[in-house]
Amino acid sequence: MAYSEDDLKKELKDQEYKYGFTSNIESEVIPKGLNEDVVRLISSKKNEPQWLLDFRLKAFAHWKTMVEKRWAHVSYPEIDFQNISYYSSPKAKKEVSWDEVDPEMKATMDKLGISMDEQKALSGVAVDFVFDSVSVKTSFQDKLQELGVIFCSFSEAVKNHPELVKKYLGTVVPPTDNFYAALNSAVFSDGSFCYIPKGVRCPMELSTYFRINEANTGQFERTLLIADEGSYVSYLEGCTAPSRDENQLHAAVVELISLDGAEIKYSTVQNWYPGDKDGKGGIYNFVTKRGICHNHSKISWTQVETGSAVTWKYPSCILKGDNSIGEFYSVAVTNHYQQADTGTKMIHLGKNTKSTIISKGISAGFSNNSYRGLVQIHKNATNARNFTQCDSLLMSDQCGAHTFPYIEVKNSTAKIEHEATTSKIGEDQLFYCNQRGISTEKAINLIVNGYCKDVLNKLPMEFAVEAQKLLEISLEGSVG
Amino acid sequence: MENINTTIATSEKKDKFLEVLSTLDFTTENPTFLQHRITSQNELNELDFPTSKTEYWKYTRVGKIVNNTYTLGQPEKIDVSDFLIPNLDAQVLVIINGHVVADLSDFTSVDGVTLTSLSHAKKQNFEGLKKHFNQFTQDKKEIFLAFNNAFHTDGIYLEVAKNKIIEKPLHIINITTGNNTISQSRNLFLANVGSQVKIIESFVNVNGEKNFNNHVSELIISENAIMEYNKIQDKKETNFSIVTEQVYQEANSNFTINTATFNGALVRNNLNIEVDASNCETNLNGLYLGKNKDHIDNHTVVDHKKPHCNSNEIYRGVLDNESTGVFNGKVFVRPNAQKTNAFQQNNNILLTDNATVNSKPELEIYADDVKCSHGSTTGQIDEEAIFYLQSRGISKKGALKLMINAFAKDALERISIEALQAYIDNKIEERFI
Amino acid sequence: MIKIKNLHANIDGKEILKGINLEVKAGEVHAIMGPNGSGKSTLSSVLAGREEFEVTEGSVEFDGKDLLDLAPEDRAREGLFLAFQYPIEIPGVSNINFLKTAINEKRAYLNQEPVSAKEFLGMVKEKSALVELDAKLANRSVNEGFSGGEKKRNEIFQMAMLTPKLAILDETDSGLDIDALRIVANGVNKLKSPNNATIVITHYQRLLDYIIPDFVHVLYDGKIVKSGSKDLALELEEKGYDWIKNESPL
Repeated sequence: MAYSEDDLKKELKDQEYKYGFTSNIESEVIPKGLNEDVVRLISSKKNEPQWLLDFRLKAFAHWKTMVEKRWAHVSYPEIDFQNISYYSSPKAKKEVSWDEVDPEMKATMDKLGISMDEQKALSGVAVDFVFDSVSVKTSFQDKLQELGVIFCSFSEAVKNHPELVKKYLGTVVPPTDNFYAALNSAVFSDGSFCYIPKGVRCPMELSTYFRINEANTGQFERTLLIADEGSYVSYLEGCTAPSRDENQLHAAVVELISLDGAEIKYSTVQNWYPGDKDGKGGIYNFVTKRGICHNHSKISWTQVETGSAVTWKYPSCILKGDNSIGEFYSVAVTNHYQQADTGTKMIHLGKNTKSTIISKGISAGFSNNSYRGLVQIHKNATNARNFTQCDSLLMSDQCGAHTFPYIEVKNSTAKIEHEATTSKIGEDQLFYCNQRGISTEKAINLIVNGYCKDVLNKLPMEFAVEAQKLLEISLEGSVG
Repeated sequence: MENINTTIATSEKKDKFLEVLSTLDFTTENPTFLQHRITSQNELNELDFPTSKTEYWKYTRVGKIVNNTYTLGQPEKIDVSDFLIPNLDAQVLVIINGHVVADLSDFTSVDGVTLTSLSHAKKQNFEGLKKHFNQFTQDKKEIFLAFNNAFHTDGIYLEVAKNKIIEKPLHIINITTGNNTISQSRNLFLANVGSQVKIIESFVNVNGEKNFNNHVSELIISENAIMEYNKIQDKKETNFSIVTEQVYQEANSNFTINTATFNGALVRNNLNIEVDASNCETNLNGLYLGKNKDHIDNHTVVDHKKPHCNSNEIYRGVLDNESTGVFNGKVFVRPNAQKTNAFQQNNNILLTDNATVNSKPELEIYADDVKCSHGSTTGQIDEEAIFYLQSRGISKKGALKLMINAFAKDALERISIEALQAYIDNKIEERFI
Repeated sequence: MIKIKNLHANIDGKEILKGINLEVKAGEVHAIMGPNGSGKSTLSSVLAGREEFEVTEGSVEFDGKDLLDLAPEDRAREGLFLAFQYPIEIPGVSNINFLKTAINEKRAYLNQEPVSAKEFLGMVKEKSALVELDAKLANRSVNEGFSGGEKKRNEIFQMAMLTPKLAILDETDSGLDIDALRIVANGVNKLKSPNNATIVITHYQRLLDYIIPDFVHVLYDGKIVKSGSKDLALELEEKGYDWIKNESPL
């Protein structure tokens, strides 16, 4: 390890985080501001077909009529939407030298066990991608092609599979859904597209090998994932490495379509820059994620949220089909001055639909961490079942942990159970660990990881290990 | 454009209310209390009726109440014997349409107890009243509270002297009558240091449709005092009630409220309990039985501001026909309130597919050394249990009845007045035959 | 091994220990008996370093070091082990992971290499057999869902894994049926060596039929009021604690 913890702490004290990413920008950034012309310009730069431009324009027209809702339990200053640049081409990616990269970030990546090459790529340092993953990627693509799986950037999908994009885009998250979904629909930059054909079980976790590329998909990301009848896919988004980004506002939209008998497992690790320990800087992460389940299908959301200054995110399932299943497993950690308002919506429309919600919140420092969830049982959703467990763990006497469930039931055969607890990390547990020779800091790691186990177990193996380390790092120095 | 239109519409409705209510004459009132009214009238200028966008009223539309045209309810003489609780030895006070009717009341004066009408207490300028009247911490910007503050007529003033233990419960019968009448009753109950008191208030109705009672009670439990307040809401299903309680607990005090709601086209209870002292115990329990098109909404707030307090909350609902039940319970634990234990539970049973329940149990916690939990369940009666009872020879219908009764009665087991418990149990049994 | 001199301790301002004197040498087994509320568990808590207790007077020397000066985890790493009267549940943390962490923290403290996976698994196998602990329990969360007997056996299993110099068994026999008691005692006896010592805290003489003490001390009202051989335990069992109370100068 390049740094000892003490070196790191000292350095943090002495030196304000440098935004470090000064560099020669290779143009292709359009001026700041947002109006219809900008929307048209984005579309034309990407050579988009007319229908997609129309989609954007409609969304933009609607966005203009909307007011940003402030019901979430978070506070942040007014965002000036005219002070953002809405398009920069991939060429314009800023480059930095390795020496300029924040040492704190380097140290964190070391702790996570991320390779040097990957570290450089993640930090925005220009590197030649000659290491293993290129060959891996190629064989990976061959295999997918063989099965008929389409996995590409959103822009490529618009070019090569317009019929699929046109058919499904905006069907789960309509452009009018909410303020940030409307904004995203108008100005989205790029993102991922995935289609799994009928009956295909995707043999690998999608996106694992692409995380380097994924790190730069921009602030208005759009993901569309379609699992055709009887198919299965496990999709990973984000990565455990700390992501720096000069864009303060991130407003992504993710749409999942799980057709009859299909299953989608969607895992996220979110570790955007949370701001410094005094609450300065950090990303505002306002994401709309939603999936629709047809008959006998399943969508499972798993998320580990440790980053961002402000998080506003409710991955949801519309259980439209009979016998469909929705799941939401979440760990959300807030430290210092971070704020998170996150949870899920389970909309039960079909018969015999089931949903499970496990949410584990951990608040430390001066942070505020809220669970907000909706369980809605519609009139025709006979025999619907929901089980919700949300636990909050408090690590300091200055933080807040809140639980805001909304339970709406219109069918007498429904069975809904919601349980929530809030408690401090157990003094007697800590003492027990101490008595076995385990330091308090280590003991906290053990206990927190144990507390989150039900959720971490739902992550793909290698992700889970990294996520565990990430929890440790996120809570470093949060007690005593 | 749409927004502007609704604003106009609601403010027109507010004007209609003001027109009726401003015919009340308060000019002879003690200036101390008159000033409160004037302040609230000014506040009303800024307030509007809630719309579907108002989070605080998320599951309850007040259209039924505010679209109606009212006349002022007047004091009347009616037979109240139907509303007495069998086998209950109590001091009985009667409020009709927001006026205390002494002739119908039946009470004897007791040493150490001030029991009178609020209007009389205002005239007397009682210290306890002056100190505690019109002190609200929650719901400050609530239009219905402001209406009551500005235009309440009368109600009960109870003050229990230091260390006085009242054996006999107080039974207030709060009656509304007539079609399309509006009444705004107002109580203040003050339990001084070390005192103990039990109160029952029945909210009932005689000969009237679509009448609206907008009631407010203030309850103050001083140091080391114990108060039990039992509320029975049993009006015809065409009538409307909004009831707001503001409770203050001082150190080492113990407060229990039991709310049983049997009926009502629209019933909304705003129960706000402020625990701004240590070592307090708070119990809030409720039962709501909806039928036909009843809409019963319980909003509770327990605000823990100081360390070492316990609160227990259980609300249960059984909803039949096309009725709707709403539970929104909030527990705050403020940064200073370490060692708080707060427990909150809401259980519902839907008897038909046209019934609805909306449950929103909330925890907002800013202290770390606390134990807080909440639970909410909605479901049917356990089929295993029904089958078990059937296998012992009980009919399915009988088994169902037995189980619902047990479920409902459980919620109010903290009622300590035997005759009242029996009365409520009986009412529950009558409902589920 | 351990020298306790004139130890006084308070909790919430109330004095519980009122001058304990006790010396335990390597190879010895000491039993501390006493009625409820005499300060038995307080003594074990103070030695293990629970923060609620305030030491107001006296000293404790452990293997030449000032024990009271050490943090709880350092006391453990120095070789002090407390078998808890009520073992704590830690949901989601497997027994194995817990123990591995504990062993490696201790090794790091002693500037030793971390234990290898192979060596560790070998130890687990060997030591769990010692207390007839089902291997499955090793993979379950620490004490979660364990029966009372399993929890106590798990304490002795941990003791076997951590090889302490001084083990304090706090009411390890409480709530155990005779089979479990035999298993636990058997484990303790097998771990006995000339280099380590054991303090057995108990209310009943029963346990001492299985773990034979070299010395028996009677604790009453925060002081050791009587010391003797294992026969003292039998006498105590026969005459009851009232005998001590009546004899006590207090």
